[in-house]
Amino acid sequence: MHYHWNWHIFWQMSPDGTHTYLETLLAGLGWTIATALSAWVMALILGIAVGVARTLPQRALRALGNAWVELFRNIPLLVQMFLWFFVLPELLPTPLGDWLKALPEAPFVTAVVCLGCFTSARVAVQVAAGIEALSGGQRLAAVALGLRLGQVYRLVLLPLGLRIILPPLTSEFLNIIKNSSVALTIGLVELTASARAMQEFSFQVFEAFSAATLIYVAVNLLALSLMRALERRAALPGAGAGAGAA
Amino acid sequence: MFAGFDVDVIARSWPYLLRVGMVFTLQLTALAMLGGVVLGTVLALMRTSRIRPLALAAGAYVNLVRSVPLVLVIFWFYFLVPYIAAWAIGADEPVRVGAFWSALVTFTLFEAAYYCEIMRSGIASVPRAQAWAAQALGMDYRQTMRHVVLPQAFRNMIPLLLTQTIVLFQDVSLVYVLSIPDFVGAASKVAQRDGRLAEMYLFVAVVYFVLCYALSRLVERLQHRVYR
Repeated sequence: MHYHWNWHIFWQMSPDGTHTYLETLLAGLGWTIATALSAWVMALILGIAVGVARTLPQRALRALGNAWVELFRNIPLLVQMFLWFFVLPELLPTPLGDWLKALPEAPFVTAVVCLGCFTSARVAVQVAAGIEALSGGQRLAAVALGLRLGQVYRLVLLPLGLRIILPPLTSEFLNIIKNSSVALTIGLVELTASARAMQEFSFQVFEAFSAATLIYVAVNLLALSLMRALERRAALPGAGAGAGAA
Repeated sequence: MFAGFDVDVIARSWPYLLRVGMVFTLQLTALAMLGGVVLGTVLALMRTSRIRPLALAAGAYVNLVRSVPLVLVIFWFYFLVPYIAAWAIGADEPVRVGAFWSALVTFTLFEAAYYCEIMRSGIASVPRAQAWAAQALGMDYRQTMRHVVLPQAFRNMIPLLLTQTIVLFQDVSLVYVLSIPDFVGAASKVAQRDGRLAEMYLFVAVVYFVLCYALSRLVERLQHRVYR
């Protein structure tokens, strides 16, 4: 077989004339991380809100929370990207739609919103499961102490429930990094798209994809060890949750 | 807001979308599931095996695949499969491989890593005493796995395997990046030809939602029956 390896390709100039191929890959990595982190913040805030709604006594709020989860879980991420990017501006009033389309970083903003909503549904499922995993006595005791519903959640249920679900949240965080690659379909030049561009211009297919693969593995390992450190710091002695009671 | 909405484009194109696009998506899902479950089970047996090199190799494969995005894997195999095929049949030049086969290899190998983890917990869910009892009856490793452990592992994991298959069904949409006419790809072709992005993508979303929602409800009912 005739594949010509050329590992020096990374130090050659890319077609943009100012950056080497390695620098274009690192720029892509920058977009991947920026997208994943911004979307993660959004997913956490929305996911906790929706997850809490799924455990509230009010039926309407519970139904709303369930509808949110089903909506974002049952449509492929790619299709959700297209809905946010191509369809939403068409459905909005014309001036607003045009403003959206003209945003300078439209693919980035769209990718963050899309991934944020998509992942929030998964976070919400975990949050609700974490709260339900606490013994009912916790909620009753908090109410008996005279805490209001907001305080019950803020001071008792969430601090304990979130600690229980840190490991599944870790894998959702790793997922959001990987899922950000779907944003290349709406024109975000993140890591996978940079590798693809490098392959198209340089014809060094396997060098480009090997480099991207290695970078993803490294980012994964880094994120994993950061989350493990967080899990250790957050562990409450005697709270049972992460303490390996199972 | 739906004033300029053209329902007609859906009425005109849905037979094409279903007959070409959805059939491709369903075929790819079904075959990749079969291949993925078989390969995933083999990987799970390797990971739980006492032969350390086998366990390490399977573990490395699963962890590598699970830390890379599917889109990148699709690109990898799109370029790699022609070389693998050339190597397999001893050809000098990379062999042209159809988009369907390239996608099938990709999804089988990719999803196998995820099915492997499910089967591994399935094997772990069968009490150890079952394997000991089988050995006491004189069964060897193969017989123990085939007649005692794996059938129970499968049964316990059916809901999870099906849930992963719903994920696979949604993931197949990503072959869009290779311009293959799966369900999304076919819709996107019509959408761009007729300038009707909003209508087509909303239609695609509704179809996926209905199918996946119905399937996940079904899996939930099955779950109650399996874990009585």
